[in-house]
Amino acid sequence: MATALEIFQKLPKTNCGDCGFPTCLAFAMQLANKKISLDKCPHVSEEAKEFLEASAAPPIRLVKIGSGDHVVEVGDETELFRHEKKFFHPTAFVLLIDDTASPEGRKQKVAHLKNLTFDRVGQIMGMDMVGVKATSNDPATFASVVQEVASQTDLPLLLVSENPDVMAEGVKAVADRKPLLHAATPENYERMAAVAKENGCSLVVRETTSLDGLADLVEKVKAAGMEDLLLDFGPANMGNMLRNLTIIRRLAVKKKFRPFGYPTFVLAEGATEDAGIITALGTMKYASVIAFDEAEVPMMYPLLTLRQNIFTDPQKPIQVKPGIYEIGSPTPESPVLITTNFSLTYFTVSGDIETSKVPSYLLVADSEGLSVMTAFAADKFNAEIAADLVKETGIEEKVSQKELIIPGQVSRMSGKLQEKSGWDIIVGPRDSSGLPKFLKERSS
Amino acid sequence: MAIEIPKENWQGRIGEVVIGATPEEGGTRTKKIVLGGENTLPFLDFDGDLPHAPVIGMEVLDVVREDYPVLALEPIQDVKDDPAQWAKKCVDEFGADLICLKLVSTNPEEEDRSPEEAAETVKEVLGAVGVPLFVYGCGIEEKDAKTMELVSNAAKGERVFLGLAEEAAYKSISVASMSNGHGVIAFSNLDINLAKQMHILLTDFGVKKENLIADPLMAALGYGLEYSYSVIERVKLAALMGDAMLQVPIVCETTRVYNARESFKEDPTLGDPKKRVVFWEAATGTSALVAGADMLIMRHPEALAMVRRSIGELVGGGT
Repeated sequence: MATALEIFQKLPKTNCGDCGFPTCLAFAMQLANKKISLDKCPHVSEEAKEFLEASAAPPIRLVKIGSGDHVVEVGDETELFRHEKKFFHPTAFVLLIDDTASPEGRKQKVAHLKNLTFDRVGQIMGMDMVGVKATSNDPATFASVVQEVASQTDLPLLLVSENPDVMAEGVKAVADRKPLLHAATPENYERMAAVAKENGCSLVVRETTSLDGLADLVEKVKAAGMEDLLLDFGPANMGNMLRNLTIIRRLAVKKKFRPFGYPTFVLAEGATEDAGIITALGTMKYASVIAFDEAEVPMMYPLLTLRQNIFTDPQKPIQVKPGIYEIGSPTPESPVLITTNFSLTYFTVSGDIETSKVPSYLLVADSEGLSVMTAFAADKFNAEIAADLVKETGIEEKVSQKELIIPGQVSRMSGKLQEKSGWDIIVGPRDSSGLPKFLKERSS
Repeated sequence: MAIEIPKENWQGRIGEVVIGATPEEGGTRTKKIVLGGENTLPFLDFDGDLPHAPVIGMEVLDVVREDYPVLALEPIQDVKDDPAQWAKKCVDEFGADLICLKLVSTNPEEEDRSPEEAAETVKEVLGAVGVPLFVYGCGIEEKDAKTMELVSNAAKGERVFLGLAEEAAYKSISVASMSNGHGVIAFSNLDINLAKQMHILLTDFGVKKENLIADPLMAALGYGLEYSYSVIERVKLAALMGDAMLQVPIVCETTRVYNARESFKEDPTLGDPKKRVVFWEAATGTSALVAGADMLIMRHPEALAMVRRSIGELVGGGT
């Protein structure tokens, strides 16, 4: 939103009072606070109207793809760097199916989506959309494959064809699913925009010669009545992609350049590995939707993890669920350790216990996602909390001994914890990396 | 409509650092490496200059213990007991730009090899390859003090970089590096303030800025990558905005991927472990580069090849 002074610069500055306020500045202040609308000024210029409308809109439009309970939201980003606030809408991953693939091949690909759903640190991660490519360029073939794929998945759909006749037929089969259409080009945009508009679908605008051309095409598609758009400049290579995505994001966020105030779309074609790295780059740097032909598990799992990492709110660390975690196959004689529920702390400690090859029980306390030292300083991890955890988890019934290993950095709580819990407290290494040696020596 | 590219006019520039010395400079390296010199964020050549493309070094250990991950061992199985041959393979076959030799066997709680033996290993590796070297101690200061002194002498004239200098242990390693014109790797643990503090401590102690490379700790994908990513981005931004004490090239290691068992454990739902770990390492390295690393130290040759290909595309021509 513009400031009162910025708005004032666009007003007639006559202080005529027709708006009901004594001065133009007073009116501008009301506008800036959204207390009044601009039409109260009968003398306002077109330029001022456009300026105000533009400054009130979010820098990047929120676009919803799909319908009902199955909607993917992209766009509405406000930052260039995640540490400045956060990235809001995770990059959507689309698996593409070719309409000329064999029926068996198509079926396998849709079925493969199930293999790409994972539960990681308590979050479900997976593919967000399925796309159908009209390689056949035949309306009937495309429509029947689109219908077939749609019947096998609830995920929002992407339809890929630059032929408006083919696209129209494909959309007809799944109009109620509100698919994303790819793409309007300089050659087809009038008819493609009409297809999207008639069916209430969002539309990718694709112009691969230059960003100048892309901006022009966006204006034309907007003039045709479309607002839910995505931008595709058809990256020539990784460097070109990174630079153009950065330019688009900067223009949208810092300059409020309206033609680029939309989410971005990347078609990651090519060798599987390269498409993987392109997807990684796009996930870090400003791609809203990425579509690719292959989604092998050993590559998708790291990519989904990367997306989870990058779109984590920097102010709200990922937490793991408090409770007992079994590492290896612990027995009643196995050691019991305790730590906090900051995910990174948990992963580091459990990884170091795994390295020791000593099966163990790890108690994870609810420190509201703080690391051991921070939690201790903030009183979110203390003798009472640790003693309560020992009781609540019922760890006493799982082991025959009553020895609890605590992080070396909180050795100060050992006396009180011993008293509260009735367990013998063993002070472990100061840093988790000392655990393998520590545990090995204790078990021998 | 002609678009005006929204350029950043950064005031700061990362200092250039030279690693290795050729006969011209009094060493025996067949090539040297120049890092840094950029006044723009990674790969954004429309904002400024990126005179040197990122380079990739590989890790060589002076002893491979039994807990060394099997998947990382495969490519170097035949040379794992000979650091010189291992280094040679990294350069000749895998295309490493540099060797990061880690003298882990000097650890007094493990093999406890002597500083003399360690210095001998450094000489052998220097003799086997023409690329520049990083040489890291075992991380136990008392031992490293002596080891680094001998390593410094053994590598006299070669302009190696010694590591790792930490907040609680930087003096002896700095002395060792300064006595023969070598450089130092300044380690900080996911903390931009500590990164700056390290450079202040080291320069106050007498280490010149052109002899400094920063290691801000690259966490593995899935294990805090987002913290490293944002710390590195913030360090780079602060440097470009003019904070002279952060205008130091950055090195990131992707080797922590092998501490994250999830990246290679046998689990049918996660797919082929080898493909997974290779991509995991490549994705970790790519993240480091996008955040602002000038250089990587990697472990798996196939991950290196993947990142190398990406760098080729990332630095290549125009928008």
